[in-house]
Amino acid sequence: MDAESVKILAESIKALAAGLAIGLGAIGPGIGMGILASKALEAMGRNPEAAPKIQSNMILTIAFVEAIAIYALVVALIILFA
Amino acid sequence: MLISIKAETLFQVGGLNITNALFTTWVTMLVLIIVAFIVKTNLKAVPSKLQSILEATLEFLLNIIDVVTGSREISKKFFPLLVTLFLFIVTANWLALLPGFGSIVFKHGNEVVPLFRGANADLNTTIALALIASVAIQVTGFKYQGFRYLTKFVNFHGVSAFFVGILELVSEITKPISFAFRLFGNIFAGEVLLVVVTSLIPILAPTPFIALEIFVGFIQGLVFSMLTLIFLRLTMTSH
Repeated sequence: MDAESVKILAESIKALAAGLAIGLGAIGPGIGMGILASKALEAMGRNPEAAPKIQSNMILTIAFVEAIAIYALVVALIILFA
Repeated sequence: MLISIKAETLFQVGGLNITNALFTTWVTMLVLIIVAFIVKTNLKAVPSKLQSILEATLEFLLNIIDVVTGSREISKKFFPLLVTLFLFIVTANWLALLPGFGSIVFKHGNEVVPLFRGANADLNTTIALALIASVAIQVTGFKYQGFRYLTKFVNFHGVSAFFVGILELVSEITKPISFAFRLFGNIFAGEVLLVVVTSLIPILAPTPFIALEIFVGFIQGLVFSMLTLIFLRLTMTSH
């Protein structure tokens, strides 16, 4: 293979890898956040007085779960740009 | 499009690279110091608008810290570190959204170097903040528990206790890594998103994304401080 086609191959595999990294990496956190939000809303429906407490804890835990998706995004960006 | 994970060097002092993210960190510090100075020299019993905004914010944060620590004096001990982290991270994130960040460039021969870059979009800044928080957590552990703090990690009282200790050690090592990458990932990804959207449709379309970035910048500052607070609280007492 000559240098030109090796370069093109490398670029296309990089694009594929970045797409897979973020695509597969966002499945878990997406499902996790759905479960988290559904439980939080259920709790808020059962006990409307505790709603502010539940809401602030929910936002905090959403940030935790989102961090995992962000790790996947960072890997995708590193593959593309570094 | 100018997207690079590494912050570009502006100039060198001795052997040290002064990057644009470091420069933005200085600008953030300047903004915070100037606001603090203005409020301090005009401190009144009947507060002006700026003073009352700041007082309301600080009281709000103190109340949130109270919820986790349970006592006002412990909150006051942790207050400076936590609020500094919060204010620095939120100011740095919001400054990165101003026009000029990423668009005012120098031309060094062939390279194009932006003058300003969001401070937390550089992994160095976020690793520094994460190390500060982690060292504070460890020091608090030693301060409140003495050397018995080490028995949390190295515990020979039983087989399962030994493995729990090793797990705790691993968890302590992943804390600074997770702090650093959470903040870096959120802010850098936001920057990349804004660059891509603005290069596709420059008129009106970036507006909801900038609003999202304002929200994300605030939440990331809050999450960083709250997480540090929770870990500080956990190291204060042994299980």
